[in-house]
Amino acid sequence: MKSAYDTNTLRYNPKLCTGCRMCSIVCPHGVFIQNGKKASLDHPERCMECGACELNCPPHAISVESGVGCATAMIFAALTGKKEPTCCSESKASCC
Amino acid sequence: MKPAADKRPAKTRITPIPSRITFSNRVDHFLARWGINRSGHSVTPGLYALGSPTPDSPVFVTANYTLSFDGLRSALTGLDGYILVLDTKAINVWCASGKGTFGTHELVFRIETTGLKDIVRHRVLILPQLGASGVSAHEVKKRSGFRVEYGPVRAKDLPEYVKTHQATSEMRRVRFTWRDRLILIPVELVYILLPMLILAGILYFVNGVSGSLGVVASTLTGVVLFPILLPWIPTRNFSTKGFILGGIPALVFALTKFLSGSNATIFLRAGWALIYLLAMPAWTAFLTLNFTGSTPFTSRSGVKHEIYTYVPRMAWMVGGSLVLTIALILIRVFRGAG
Repeated sequence: MKSAYDTNTLRYNPKLCTGCRMCSIVCPHGVFIQNGKKASLDHPERCMECGACELNCPPHAISVESGVGCATAMIFAALTGKKEPTCCSESKASCC
Repeated sequence: MKPAADKRPAKTRITPIPSRITFSNRVDHFLARWGINRSGHSVTPGLYALGSPTPDSPVFVTANYTLSFDGLRSALTGLDGYILVLDTKAINVWCASGKGTFGTHELVFRIETTGLKDIVRHRVLILPQLGASGVSAHEVKKRSGFRVEYGPVRAKDLPEYVKTHQATSEMRRVRFTWRDRLILIPVELVYILLPMLILAGILYFVNGVSGSLGVVASTLTGVVLFPILLPWIPTRNFSTKGFILGGIPALVFALTKFLSGSNATIFLRAGWALIYLLAMPAWTAFLTLNFTGSTPFTSRSGVKHEIYTYVPRMAWMVGGSLVLTIALILIRVFRGAG
């Protein structure tokens, strides 16, 4: 069944990969696996856009529009037209 | 880049810290879980010594939130090492790294101000894996000379990790167990309590006791039942999960409303029942959509997609139930008058 989480902003260019394995180390959802000398996307649909892989990829082979995905903050931003905060942890202890 | 020698502090303070969790620590953890004194659960940033560390002992990095710090030091019971506490404004590692406060800049700054280079002989830092969304390992290496090693997701796997410096794929995966979900309920309850009471108070004057009970039932379904039942509720979107789960108490209220009040016509009773069927699932779904922020797997673009698809529907449902309520009250008034 189609869900809102079927697509995401994760993009990977294997041509730039140097095989340092950092992406498969940092990803908490097993999105990347090491395939020979290069990383490969194993489960792109599991990506939660945390941005750890992009930040820890020295050759910039990965890009993702990261964000915490806090609905409260995003609804507020959509209603007021303001920029959404990077995290709502100030207002909500359990969030993100 | 080497930091300038004159920037180095003259004296470094290393605070000894036991790995044992005391009773007052547990009280603090309890209060934190209930959202009481939100920003008060902090640890002074800096360098701590666990056991009797030598210049070759490992260095672990964590956030200055008591639950993070205490979780780390208790997991390291029996080990000698250093704990480098970053200033994350009393926010846990995962949230703080998403925000960037558990980040490259703060880590490099903390390495310099504590004079870590003169305390340990090696140049390795062990960071929690979930700190990786705020820290760029190659940047840290370039700016401080320290190599960042990402340890396991959970501190409890650290004793195993330090033996081999290899984490199994199981240690690398984030989970959201019933325990993880259950522990979120108190704080969610505390935050929803006031809005719930206000809403229940307003609806008491419109729909009577059953109106107030409807608010309480659909709220508790959203913040208590939902986290518990999350993996077993059909569909992947949180809003649809909320509509489904919220539909159960709504159905109970609607049926009660329909079957009781026999002096009204069948249309009026159906109308009152419909109000519950519209408003209750919409409110529950709104709460469950907001729960995405507490899970470790929903993406920002997915949540955005959900908001644009389902929030208008929720608004239409609540709006519809309001119009229906007004219409039914008007009918009642006119009938009563006539």
